Amino acid sequence: MADTAHAHADDHHYTATGIDNRKLAIWTFIGSECMFFASLIGTYLVYKGRDVSGPMPHSTWLLKGVEQEQMLEIPLVTFGTALLLFSSFFVVLALNGAQRGNRKQLLGWLCATIFCGMFFVGMQVFEFTHFAHRGMGYTTNLFSSTFYTLTGFHGTHVTIGLIWLLSVLAVALRGKLPPEKSLNLEMAALYWHFVDVVWIVIFPVVYLIR
Amino acid sequence: MHASATHAGDHAHEHPTWQTYTKIALILFALTALEVWSYDIVHRHSPAALAVALEPIVVEVLLLLSAVKFALVAMFYMHLKSDGKLLASIFSFSLLLAAVIVVGLMIIFSYLYHVHPTLNPLK
Repeated sequence: MADTAHAHADDHHYTATGIDNRKLAIWTFIGSECMFFASLIGTYLVYKGRDVSGPMPHSTWLLKGVEQEQMLEIPLVTFGTALLLFSSFFVVLALNGAQRGNRKQLLGWLCATIFCGMFFVGMQVFEFTHFAHRGMGYTTNLFSSTFYTLTGFHGTHVTIGLIWLLSVLAVALRGKLPPEKSLNLEMAALYWHFVDVVWIVIFPVVYLIR
Repeated sequence: MHASATHAGDHAHEHPTWQTYTKIALILFALTALEVWSYDIVHRHSPAALAVALEPIVVEVLLLLSAVKFALVAMFYMHLKSDGKLLASIFSFSLLLAAVIVVGLMIIFSYLYHVHPTLNPLK
């Protein structure tokens, strides 16, 4: 009995602040990530519009005298953006299910979240491959270097988030994610929302503002 | 003692309901559509009257829409509205530092290009 009570107390690692230390840790980590992405976005903005040669993100450009279309594909990325936003919605529904002990809701929405995330990463891989085929390498010009660095790091974060969510899904499938352990999903969800809010900034800054 | 007090506090800060989550998702979707629509109006210059009116302020409009989306996700999906002030303070302070980094970089490079024009890739 005493052991059970002790084990239960150990499940909640409260700090002197009254907040679970794992939650405090993930928020501190997210804070440091904000500054990391700020430096990448700042660098992108510093070099924005300073290219002396193509490829150009928002305007036509010349390649060996032949006019080329603008690089960025807005409709495709808009679809990816919408899916990433919906994945944030799906993961809170999964968390809601985990907290209420509704296994069906937890698994269903978690799978939907992972599917949306996979589509987003696939969209980015397609976009990078398409750009490479059109002659835009990493060192082609300032736009290409800053674009690949910023969106590539974001894509890496989405991939890490996907791996984290997949591991939580594996735990949930084995029936080892009861309501009292829903914080394990909440931490993954917080990270997932963070990559979503970063994209909320990147999408207009890179794709919509000319 | 502290743990039990906090545990009670956890229940006092209830997370939003799925109805609230759905409303926020619809608002986020609508704001994204508005962003792309604003871009499209200015890019295609159609309808012309709206494009002329929107063109001088399109950057501000896009940044404002983005900020609203950011705040909605942080407050409702990341539960900052209901999870207490400490976490909100940590995140707000980080965002403040992030903003300082972005603005600082832009000011430094703008000054650098002004003082040393040869460093500007366009020169």
